[in-house]
Amino acid sequence: MEEVVARMQEEKNGIPIRTVKSFLSKIPSVISGSDIVQWMLTHLNMEDPVEALHLGTLMAAHGYFFPISDHVLSLKDDGTFYRFQTPYFWPSNCWEPENTDYAVYLCKRTMQNKARLELADYEAESLARLQRAYARKWEFIFMQAEAQAKVDKKRDKVERKVLDSQERAFWDVHRPVPGCVNTTETDIKKSSRMKEPHKTRKPLNTSSAPLSLISYSQQYTEYDPCFTSPEPSNPWTSDDTTCWELETSKEPGQQRVRRWGFGFNEVLKDPAGREQFLKFLESEFSSENLRFWLAVQELKKRPVREVATLVHNIWQEFLAPGAPSAINVDSKSYAKTTHNIKDPGRYTFEDAQEHIYKLMKSDSYSRFLRSSCYQELLQARKKVRPKQESCV
Amino acid sequence: AAAQSRPSALQSGESLATLKNESDSLKKKLEEERAKLHDVELNQVAEKVELVSALSIRTRRVLKGHGNKVLCMDWCKDKRRLVSSSQDGKVIVWDGYTLNKEHAVTMPCTWVMACAYAPSGCAVACGGLDNKCSVYPLSLDKNENLAAKKKSVAMHTNYLSGCSFTNSDMQLLTSSGDGTCALWDVESGQLLQSFHGHTADVLSLNLAPSETGNTFVSGGCDKKANVWDMLPCASVSCRLYDLRADREVAVYQKDSIIFGASSVDFSLSGRLLFAGYNDYTINVWDVLKGNRISVLFGHENRVSCVKVSPDGTSFASASWDTSLRIWA
Repeated sequence: MEEVVARMQEEKNGIPIRTVKSFLSKIPSVISGSDIVQWMLTHLNMEDPVEALHLGTLMAAHGYFFPISDHVLSLKDDGTFYRFQTPYFWPSNCWEPENTDYAVYLCKRTMQNKARLELADYEAESLARLQRAYARKWEFIFMQAEAQAKVDKKRDKVERKVLDSQERAFWDVHRPVPGCVNTTETDIKKSSRMKEPHKTRKPLNTSSAPLSLISYSQQYTEYDPCFTSPEPSNPWTSDDTTCWELETSKEPGQQRVRRWGFGFNEVLKDPAGREQFLKFLESEFSSENLRFWLAVQELKKRPVREVATLVHNIWQEFLAPGAPSAINVDSKSYAKTTHNIKDPGRYTFEDAQEHIYKLMKSDSYSRFLRSSCYQELLQARKKVRPKQESCV
Repeated sequence: AAAQSRPSALQSGESLATLKNESDSLKKKLEEERAKLHDVELNQVAEKVELVSALSIRTRRVLKGHGNKVLCMDWCKDKRRLVSSSQDGKVIVWDGYTLNKEHAVTMPCTWVMACAYAPSGCAVACGGLDNKCSVYPLSLDKNENLAAKKKSVAMHTNYLSGCSFTNSDMQLLTSSGDGTCALWDVESGQLLQSFHGHTADVLSLNLAPSETGNTFVSGGCDKKANVWDMLPCASVSCRLYDLRADREVAVYQKDSIIFGASSVDFSLSGRLLFAGYNDYTINVWDVLKGNRISVLFGHENRVSCVKVSPDGTSFASASWDTSLRIWA
C-alpha cells in the first residue's frame, strides 16, 4: 500500500494535489475520489472501477488517505475531497495509541472553537466514558490537552487545517466509527504483549552511517586476524594451535580485557568478562541484576516445555514480593510483567530485562571500568607462556 | 509535506509564472533539505582512512570428499570444525584443521541446500528439497548410525533454503522457498513464530551477531532484504544497506565482474567483505573504500557459500566443484 501511495504522490505521474477555493476559504492540499479511481485504473492496470474502489477503500481504512469531511474511511468515485496522510501516522510505524492518548486528543478537540471540529456523537460518548474511566487522572489529561492546544494555535492556519485533518484521520483508524472495521486489529498469533507505541525511527544523517562504520572497523582492526596477527600466531598459517588454547584459558589477556571497555555488550559477550563483572557486582551487593539478566537470556534458549517453570522460578527469585534476590524495576515494567506472567512465554520478562540492562549499562558498567579489579587486569604484565618465550 | 507544496489552482493576482517560480524555489529548498540528510558516499567519507596493505590470503586447506556440488557450510563455535552439505545428499562434519571427516549422514533427498552447526557443537541441522529441517545429534561413538537419531523439526511447504540455530541448540530459524522464515522449538518441533513479508522465495538468512538483540535478516527472490525482530509482532523492512540511515551506503561492483555473487561475509572488524561468485572466484573488498583488494582463485566451479570463522582467523568456501577450501 505504501508503495502505491508513494507513486500516487509522485511529481510526474502522480495525482495532482490542489488547493480548492470553497465557500469562505481555501481547502488546501486535496484530491478527489474520482481522481484516485482514475489514477488506479491507469497506473495499476485495473480494468474495473469496482476493483479500484475496493482497493482504495482498503487503503483509506488503513489510513493512507482520508475523506476530509467524513469519519468513515472509504473511497467514493465522485468529487468528494480526500487528503493524503502524513507518513508519520502510517500504520507501518506500529502505533498502538493508548486510551489516555485518545482522551487527551478528544479533550483538546473540545478546547477548539471551530464548528468543523465539534465532536461527533460517538466521540462525545467516548469522551464521557473516558472521563469516568480516568476520573482520577483527568487533571493531568486536561493539562496535556491544554499544552497541545497551545502549540497548535501557534501554527500557520493552513498548516493547521491539514494537520488537524490528518490527526483526526489517524484516530479514525485507531478508534473507528462504531460499525466500521478496525484495521488495526492484529492476528492473535502475532499479538504482542510488549509493544512500545511510537516506534518511529528518525532517519539518520547519511554521513553518520559511514562514520560509525568507519569508527567501528578502526576500533576492531586490532582484533581482526586479517590485519593483526593473533598471538602467538594464526593457527591456519602456522600450524600452531596455541592461540585457541589461550582463548579457552581462564585468564584473559590484556587485549581481551581492553575490548570489554569498548562497550557494555563486549563484557556480556565474553564469558570471562561476565565472570569479572559478576564478581564486581557482588562486591557492590548488586549482583542480582546480572543474575536476573542471565536467567532471562537462558529462559529464551530453553525448550518450550521448560518455559512455564523457568518463568515461575525467575519470578519467585527476582520479582515476587519478598523475593530473595529482589531487583529494582520501574513501576511500568513491573506492572506489565505482573500481567505477563499469567501467560508465561519466552518474552515474559522483556520489559524488565531491558530496564535492568539499561541500569547496568549506565550505572554499574562505568564503575566496573574504573574499578581496581578491572584496572589490574588491564595493566597486567604479559604472563610467560608455558611452552615458549614471548614472541620477537 | 512534500506533496502539499505543489502548484495549486490559479488564485486572483497570481500568474502562472509566479506560481512556477514559487514551485521551483520550493523544489530547490526540498533538495537542499534532502542534501543535508543525503547521499554522502561511504568511500568519500572514508577518504582519510588508511589503505589496506596487500593481504596474503591463500588456500590453507582443501576438504575433499563430497561427490557433487557443495551447497552450504557452517562453522562450529570451536573455530575449526565445520559442517557441509551437498547435492549428493550427504552432510559431512569435518575437523577443518586436520582434514578429518568426523561424521557423515546421507539425507533421503538430494540438494541439501542448508546446514548449520549447533552452538554447543553437539548437533547439526540440515535440509533442502525435502522441505524440512532436521537435527542430528553428533555422537562420540563413531559406529553409531547418526541417521537413526534424526529429528524432524521444521516443516515448510517448499524447499528449505537456509537454517541457523539462534542463541542455543533449542531454537532453529529457517528460511524457505515458500516465502517465509520460521522459528522452531527443536525439542518439540513446535512452530514458535513465522515471518511473512517476502513476496517470493526466501533464499538466505543470517542472525545479527548480538547477545542482546533478537534480529535477523533474510534475503529473497523478491530482491528484498528484510530485517526482522524476533520479538513478537515487530517486523521492519529494510531495503538497503544501512538500517538507521535507511538507504544504500555503498555498492561493491566492477565492470569486469559480470557473474552474480552467491554469498558474502564480513571479516571481524567489518573492514573486509569476502564474496563468493558464480565465476568460481572469491573477491575481497574494502568495505569502506569500495575497491576490490584481491581476487582469490582456486575453485573450479561456482562458489556457493562463504563464511568467516567465529574468531575471524580464516574463512571457508564451499563450491560446486565438490570441495571446500579454508583460506587465511
